Amino acid sequence: MSLVDPELAARVLERALERGGDLGELYVEDRRGFALSLDDGRVERPQAGRELGASVRVVRGDASYFGYVDGLAEEGLLRVAGSVAQAVRGDARTPQAPGSPRPAQGHPVSRRPEEVDAVEKADLLRSCEERARAAGKEVVQVTVGYAESRRRVEIYNSDGLAVSDDRTRTRLSTQVVARRADSGDGPPRVETGSDTRGGHAGFELLAEDPEAVAESAARKAITMLDAVDAPTGRLPVVVGNGFGGVLLHEAVGHGLEADAVQKRASVYAGRLGEQLARPGVVAYDDGRLESQWGSDGIDDEGTPTQRTTVIEDGRLTAYLYDVVRARADGVASTGNGRRESFRHLPLPRMTNTYFAPGEASPDELIAGVDRGIYAVSFGGGQVEPATGDFVFGISEGYLIEGGRVTAPVRGATLVGNGIEALAAVDGIAGDLDIATGYCGKGGQQVAAGVGQPHVRIRELTVGGTAG
Amino acid sequence: MSLEELARSGVEAALAAGASDADAWCEESVSRQIRVYDGAVESLSDAGGRGIGIRAFLDGRSGYAYGTDLGEEGIRALAQAAHSSASVADPDEHAGLPDDFGVTEVPCIASPEMAAWTTEHKIELALAVERAARSREGISQVEETVFADEEGSAAIANSRGFSASYAATQAYAYASAFAGEGEDLMTGIGIDLARHPGALDPQAIGREAADRALALKGARQPESRRCPVVLDAFVSASFAGFIGAMLSADAVQRGRSLFAGREGEVVAESSFVLADDGREPGGPSSAPFDGEGAATRRTPLIDGGRLAGYLYDARTARKDGRATTANASRGSYRTPPSVGTTNLLIEPGETTLEGLVSQAGEGLYVTDVAGLHSGVNPVSGTFSVGAAGRLIEGGELGRPVREITIASDLVGMLRAVSAVGSESRWMPLGGSVKAVPLLIGEMSVSGS
Repeated sequence: MSLVDPELAARVLERALERGGDLGELYVEDRRGFALSLDDGRVERPQAGRELGASVRVVRGDASYFGYVDGLAEEGLLRVAGSVAQAVRGDARTPQAPGSPRPAQGHPVSRRPEEVDAVEKADLLRSCEERARAAGKEVVQVTVGYAESRRRVEIYNSDGLAVSDDRTRTRLSTQVVARRADSGDGPPRVETGSDTRGGHAGFELLAEDPEAVAESAARKAITMLDAVDAPTGRLPVVVGNGFGGVLLHEAVGHGLEADAVQKRASVYAGRLGEQLARPGVVAYDDGRLESQWGSDGIDDEGTPTQRTTVIEDGRLTAYLYDVVRARADGVASTGNGRRESFRHLPLPRMTNTYFAPGEASPDELIAGVDRGIYAVSFGGGQVEPATGDFVFGISEGYLIEGGRVTAPVRGATLVGNGIEALAAVDGIAGDLDIATGYCGKGGQQVAAGVGQPHVRIRELTVGGTAG
Repeated sequence: MSLEELARSGVEAALAAGASDADAWCEESVSRQIRVYDGAVESLSDAGGRGIGIRAFLDGRSGYAYGTDLGEEGIRALAQAAHSSASVADPDEHAGLPDDFGVTEVPCIASPEMAAWTTEHKIELALAVERAARSREGISQVEETVFADEEGSAAIANSRGFSASYAATQAYAYASAFAGEGEDLMTGIGIDLARHPGALDPQAIGREAADRALALKGARQPESRRCPVVLDAFVSASFAGFIGAMLSADAVQRGRSLFAGREGEVVAESSFVLADDGREPGGPSSAPFDGEGAATRRTPLIDGGRLAGYLYDARTARKDGRATTANASRGSYRTPPSVGTTNLLIEPGETTLEGLVSQAGEGLYVTDVAGLHSGVNPVSGTFSVGAAGRLIEGGELGRPVREITIASDLVGMLRAVSAVGSESRWMPLGGSVKAVPLLIGEMSVSGS
């Protein structure tokens, strides 16, 4: 059964377009979530949520008029449609009546998280903690987080579209703090490590050795206890697979989102077809990848998700579109119109963005560096899309000396520019992996997959702590 | 039913479900957001939200449930979910409601003038911000101009018979402007916030966005150096927000703060004074009570150079044998209360910004930092963050620079504060901070 009666959806759209508009849309959502964490040896902060709500959008020319309401009562839906329509200045338009929503091709869920007893989730957190503590006596703190969500959405629009999607996401994460007393009388060394497993999937995602996530977080923290100060200067950098792809996401991906491009707020504006990377470099945004974190059946405007080749053989080949920006450019949406919830307007957003695998092995990439940095994972990053300037804090990194990975480094930051970094990619390995990220933009957080194989960048600015 | 009645019904439902103690937080808001671009409306949002969060205690265990269904049936279902989720948690002897509740009178947090503003009027305000930015010579683009306001109410009730509510209004506008083209392009943000739209100055917001972008136009990467650094109010607010988070008793007790075990120690130069104040009339985060019903107050954090204390909610206070500082913070009804700052205040000094720059002599003026949250190690306090700004040459602002990182450790930086600026302003960065510029005696700046 649908969340709202299609007949009511038709009346809401009619009300929304009573003062005109090129597109009227009703977005309906039923959100459930559950989260639990373990900290200091204690399972705590269980949180359950259930929210129902809807939003109405009318697009007229370049302007979007939007409103939302909590709850799905008929009166509230019609009221919000009426108030949105009040802002539009034009003649009424008759929408095409939507039928019953057609379910999108979803992603398999073999064990529904909401049907798994909360006690089993609590036990999982405890076994993760145990595994992390077993990694070494230096482990002094373990935090484990579990979160599940289910979003049932229905989208109706005045072009007769009626579709639904049922999205389940499950995620397990661990943060570890390791401490070691100083051999002299200095302060103790303290380092952190973290790891995550998540997907557009059910509890089956955690069937196979979920505790490996905790062990990996602990190993990172312990390893970093031996870290030396990071060097400063322009150096070659080999970026690790999986979460290393956040560099592509931040420094290139955001600049390909069509809203930034159309406002000339992207360094990639007007550069379609240009050779921005070496021949052979390929990158995708792919919202279809089965069970991946950033995947959905349809985007939040009802467009089926797809694979978009953004860089082909080193050339920039596509931007990422939602419906509004696609209309402005006279192209079709690429299925990237995403929103955090019914409380938000859709924006062009990445799904899973990654470099395609190449031929090299990670060892070969490292062997080609005489003195540089091996950046395995980042604590996060930030980019200014207009200039392409980015900054990333390296949370796990090593020195490369004489073609070999040597000491871990702490406090290193990569500073650079997307266009320059892309042009400087001079090697791609074959070990593609996609990690789970949360991407913030315009005040909205969405699940985004970031990924890549090992990638080598000829030269980047490393901001270190060594003098 | 009023919000306070709804909150009370949430508490009753939780007790009926078997909770030994409970509280409920109920919120309602009407908000608008207007984006303009190129002299026209790009989007207009009008939204109304209402929800409740119920916290159930069960012999030292606690569970939380939130939702949007405020009907009798909906509240009962949430109360049961809160109660049953509590049973999965491990007991915590310190968990529970605060020992005393109350309300501090905070004047002027809800402005009656809000109602006088029509949507058309607000659109004009946003367009005026954009025009003010665009009309500055050298501005190539105004990428984003936003006006937003909100009228909200919140209510709390608990099983000790306490209930209270308040209303607040908020309005803000910001713009992001570009100066230069291609490789020379740099961006700047202008922002202002107030209790009602009439207190915003659209000219000043637009001008600030333009001036901040123009100041950086044509920036290049400089050579690495160690030098005095002036942090402008945007940047000092971000650092203050980070320091505030590290002063949470929760972070301290969990061993996740560089300030753990350092109460009373010298952690800053004595001119750097920092406090948290939840009742400051102009403070965006001011309210009569915190997220669990404790009356808001002022808490000195760094005073006379020494670490004066931490921020507490009921649970962390009980654990340390202290009183709560009324810093149980709620992001919204969707999250249970946890320790957080209200308004952070850096006490203004006596030197103008010009004076700080002149005192720096040869150094760096930083107007932007990026990646603070990934760049600072919360336990050791060492950091290395991306920055942009202007060089200081002969005591005056010189050429613009970018693609640099500044590195130090937080305590080292606070102890190196050699002068505190006199011009303070509210910044919605790092939470809510009344910030001033700071002159740091020496930092490591890495460029090429």
